[in-house]
Amino acid sequence: MTATAEVEPAAEPRGEYMLELDDVGKSYGNVHALRGVNIRVRQGEVTCVLGDNGAGKSTLIKIIAGLHQHTDGVMRVEGKETKFNSPREAQARGIATVYQDLALAPLMSVWRNFFLGNEIRKGVALDVAEMKRIAGEELEKMGIVIPDMDRPVGSLSGGQRQVIAIARAVYFGAKVVILDEPTAALGVKQSGVVLKYIVKMRDAGLGVIFITHNPHHAYLVGSHFVILKLGRVVLDAHRDELTLDQLTGEMAGGQELAELSHELRAVDPGKTVEGHEVRHGSVGSPTVDSGSGEDAGSDDEKA
Amino acid sequence: MSTAPTATSGDDRVVTRSALNTFLSMPAVGAFIGAIVIAALFFAVAPAFRNIANIGTILYVCSTIGIMAIFVALLMIGGEFDLSTGVAVTFSGLAAAHLAWYFSLNVWVGVVLALVLSLSVGAFNGWLFNTTGLPSFLVTLGSFFVLQGINLAVTRIVTGGVSSNRINDLDGYESAQAVFASEFNIGSVNIKITVVYWFLLTALLSFLLLRTRYGNWILATGGDSAAARAVGVPVKATKLALFMGTGFAAWLVGMHNLFEFNTVQSGQGIGNEFIYIIAAVIGGCLLTGGYGSIVGAAVGALIYGMTRLGISYAGWDVDWLRTFLGVMLIGAVLVNMYVKKRADAR
Repeated sequence: MTATAEVEPAAEPRGEYMLELDDVGKSYGNVHALRGVNIRVRQGEVTCVLGDNGAGKSTLIKIIAGLHQHTDGVMRVEGKETKFNSPREAQARGIATVYQDLALAPLMSVWRNFFLGNEIRKGVALDVAEMKRIAGEELEKMGIVIPDMDRPVGSLSGGQRQVIAIARAVYFGAKVVILDEPTAALGVKQSGVVLKYIVKMRDAGLGVIFITHNPHHAYLVGSHFVILKLGRVVLDAHRDELTLDQLTGEMAGGQELAELSHELRAVDPGKTVEGHEVRHGSVGSPTVDSGSGEDAGSDDEKA
Repeated sequence: MSTAPTATSGDDRVVTRSALNTFLSMPAVGAFIGAIVIAALFFAVAPAFRNIANIGTILYVCSTIGIMAIFVALLMIGGEFDLSTGVAVTFSGLAAAHLAWYFSLNVWVGVVLALVLSLSVGAFNGWLFNTTGLPSFLVTLGSFFVLQGINLAVTRIVTGGVSSNRINDLDGYESAQAVFASEFNIGSVNIKITVVYWFLLTALLSFLLLRTRYGNWILATGGDSAAARAVGVPVKATKLALFMGTGFAAWLVGMHNLFEFNTVQSGQGIGNEFIYIIAAVIGGCLLTGGYGSIVGAAVGALIYGMTRLGISYAGWDVDWLRTFLGVMLIGAVLVNMYVKKRADAR
């Protein structure tokens, strides 16, 4: 599907960064959720931020999106030092965020959600017809057709909701779109749809920050990769300097994965056992000790 | 996995709903059905209910509940409760009466000061809620008791009794009474001014909720406040304004009570906060916020008024009123839930 995602330097000859984080950190009391993060986001590029649960990805986007303020370092938006006090400020500067939980109110209709916070008005009243029309058109451009704009968003599928949230961000003039694990809750096909929109947004000249813990998704569309671990950047590389295997390896924690595979070699993943009744307490803890008697394959790897 | 639609072709799983289903999925549908059933019931069993002149009386009872209920409904759609509304009405009436009488002011000064105080109570509730993050149920339960105590104690201090002094000899009484407690006739039906306010405010708040930007913010704030904040909705300001809205409604009803009877009993109003909430819930408001109807809450108040008077018109023991209301509350909620599920499923 993608594969065209090779470097596209034509889009950003200016070499200036839309968004720059310099040594940014965030501590809550004596807990350092994020330390010394450097990220550069250009327009027309997809910057992938990868990391396991708890690596600090959420904290990072919340800082960029204006929900939290960083406690160390400097954030620059279009070269200007910035600290956002609210999501509204971030939006006003062209930074839109599509959250994991989508930031859509499930009981509200499609058009109300689409224009939430950016309502179109005629005098004091909302221009409902216009908003329905625009929401319908924008969604159609994204490839989903919802005949009834009054449907509550909660009754749509996860992929459709994701696309509404993305369409909304793009429509309201974002220059940088942050996508917080947009594919995490989606099936294979719907993930593909979302990935296509990421490419579309890049081609439209937007800067995309794609947060994910799936290196395969990231490598399909990313131009630049940052891996976070325990609140620090452990890898910061351009697409040219990296293969998918390396990315996957780094993401899975390189060394840790090697250790894990070493440990798990004992379990013989090809093996099946005939089903029989399991008495309470007969499944012990997974610490490899005496190789559980009846199976022969496991004791040689113990050491 | 579901078969995802191919891009650009329509998703045939989401189809347009019929007009009937759209009607049935409206939040207020249970209230409408309930109102028709109640009206039919008392129409059949209570001769006085059929007397056209009594329409004015019924609407009057509905209006004093309804004015509060629609603001309470708006607050509930915004995701919060206000338990202090019942005593806040009395508080407002007492404030105007005591201030005007004690300082021998023009009653209009008392009226305006009462407005300021009522809005301040609402603002205080909202502020406390916003800064502490406590559930609004708790915050307003606290202010309920605080206000109740103030009502009793201050009245005792000012008048030595349990009711405010009469203020009908003060300047401005006539004009204030004309604004808050006048009445007029349409044919043989006597209409109190509160009925007019009730209708006007229902229309105004309904428009506010469904057709203004602020209404969109209320729905979003109640539906998912984190989501609302994330897209830039000023959630705290929205909630603050909603609490001040119930303060305003308490003032309006309080002023009516004062100028209708020209004195206010300091122990009044306790328990009414639940009637307002019941009216809002019968009208389709979800306790969890984000969903509901202003017209529904008004119809909920109509149901309350019809029931209250219908029971006495039918010659039944009025002691049963609350039992009746309780049954109706559960019934209406179940109907709302059932009908909505059916309509959404289709």
